[in-house]
Amino acid sequence: MNIKHSKLEAINLDAYYGDFHALKNINIAMEEKAVTAFIGPSGCGKSTFLRTFNRMNDYIDGFRIEGQILLDGRDIYTNDVRVDELRKEVGMVFQKPNPFPKTIYENVVYGLRIQGIKDKKILQETCEKSLQQAALWNEVKDKLDKSALALSGGQQQRLCIARALAIQPSVILMDEPASALDPISTAKIEDLIYELKKDYTIVIVTHNMQQAGRVSDHTAFFYMGELVEYAKTKTMFTSPKDTRTQNYITGRFG
Amino acid sequence: MTNSEKNRLKDKAFQVFGVFCTFIGLVVLAIFLIDIVIEGIGRIDWDFLTSLPSRRAARAGILTAWAGTLWILVLSALIAFPLGIAAGVYLEEYAKKTKLSNFLEINIANLAGVPSIIYGLLGLELFVRIMNLGGILLAGALTLSLLILPIIIVTTREAIKAVPRTIRDGSFALGASKWQTVWYQVLPASFGGILTGVILALSRAVGEAAPLIVIGALAYVPFVPSSPMDEFTVLPIQIFNWTSRPQAAFLTNAAAAIIILLLITFLLNGIAVYLRHRQQKKIKW
Repeated sequence: MNIKHSKLEAINLDAYYGDFHALKNINIAMEEKAVTAFIGPSGCGKSTFLRTFNRMNDYIDGFRIEGQILLDGRDIYTNDVRVDELRKEVGMVFQKPNPFPKTIYENVVYGLRIQGIKDKKILQETCEKSLQQAALWNEVKDKLDKSALALSGGQQQRLCIARALAIQPSVILMDEPASALDPISTAKIEDLIYELKKDYTIVIVTHNMQQAGRVSDHTAFFYMGELVEYAKTKTMFTSPKDTRTQNYITGRFG
Repeated sequence: MTNSEKNRLKDKAFQVFGVFCTFIGLVVLAIFLIDIVIEGIGRIDWDFLTSLPSRRAARAGILTAWAGTLWILVLSALIAFPLGIAAGVYLEEYAKKTKLSNFLEINIANLAGVPSIIYGLLGLELFVRIMNLGGILLAGALTLSLLILPIIIVTTREAIKAVPRTIRDGSFALGASKWQTVWYQVLPASFGGILTGVILALSRAVGEAAPLIVIGALAYVPFVPSSPMDEFTVLPIQIFNWTSRPQAAFLTNAAAAIIILLLITFLLNGIAVYLRHRQQKKIKW
């Protein structure tokens, strides 16, 4: 498959949890300002793979990788890479909405505060802009000083997206961002992903085949730690090459 | 009698027995409290709270004792609070699961169960003799800090554990360091629980007499301590001293002092319950 400009790349990537070989020789390049979906049955390694791009697996005892992960052509696992700098570039949204037990405002500006930014004007402007980008501003603009925990699940997830956008990343990783949400909230998140891909490179892990079909430009199918097939989403869903892919997307297993 | 009737009878019998067991503890405690209150309440007045100790029961007061207790309370809190929280945070957030950290964990849990008089002996050797402090407030506070440190560490760890993994992930994913995550997320979210543990630990320290007697706290201190380097007494020691006197009037004094001591511990426990309740209302994961 032709990639115009590859934003993220994995080269000969193997990952291990202790003795367990979780990812096997993955090679993939993902296009800038597009949505790439990772699909596959539970335990196939897609979430593990997603988390290698912002090094969230670093905290797991016994986890190690071999091979390379490139962001804009630069290996992010070399010693001179600072993880906090990497994560300013590569934001993440989790499966379960995880707002901090603080006000809505403090949630959005948290990433800036830990960078040492104190200027109220900058914080307020970023807060408004990020919430607007996340299509949440109109719903919360009058209650920025209220606890984020009082929001609905869907609102909380959009708040988490706003929080990630506030530090101006270029990549957003989404780990099943709508799996804990009702259909209406899910639709809002999907609309949002469609909007965001104009400015951001988005990688999304999903269990929901229709969702992958709706939001993504490219789809990668993982099975038992291997990247089985990677193609344009339309191509993959209409004429999958591998029988395993075919079986999975037609719902025969998984 | 059929089998099922027998079973029902047994069930009933155990219920009655259970109620009896529950009440035995409560009733004994209630009788004790009522007895103390009847004996001592009449003795409590402004003079009793503000008078120095005396050989004559009617003139003796507990000023130096409660002042000493207050000093000990504040000093122990100042020493044990940062140490205990730092150790708890280290063990829960930083320490890798090695044999050493396992060994530390088991021993800290064990330390929480060591009798207080042992801590007194440790304090006597370490602070009074080796550090040559003598039987002063600072030595007493250091000794009691050792005593409550394991409790604070254990409760701190419990409180920190209750903060969900997802909150830490969220913080890390935004580029926060471990320290920033602990400082801005984990500690604020667990602070109510930590504070509850600290207060309960302090309320235990307030009731201790044995370790302080061992390090050489005095029963008769005719002045209010004005610095951590002063000699001191505390309420439990004063009570202990009065109850060993033959004159009945001193027993009345002891009862009155017990009421004050109980009020202090109830107050501390009340604050702890209030804080826990507020925390639970404020944060629902």
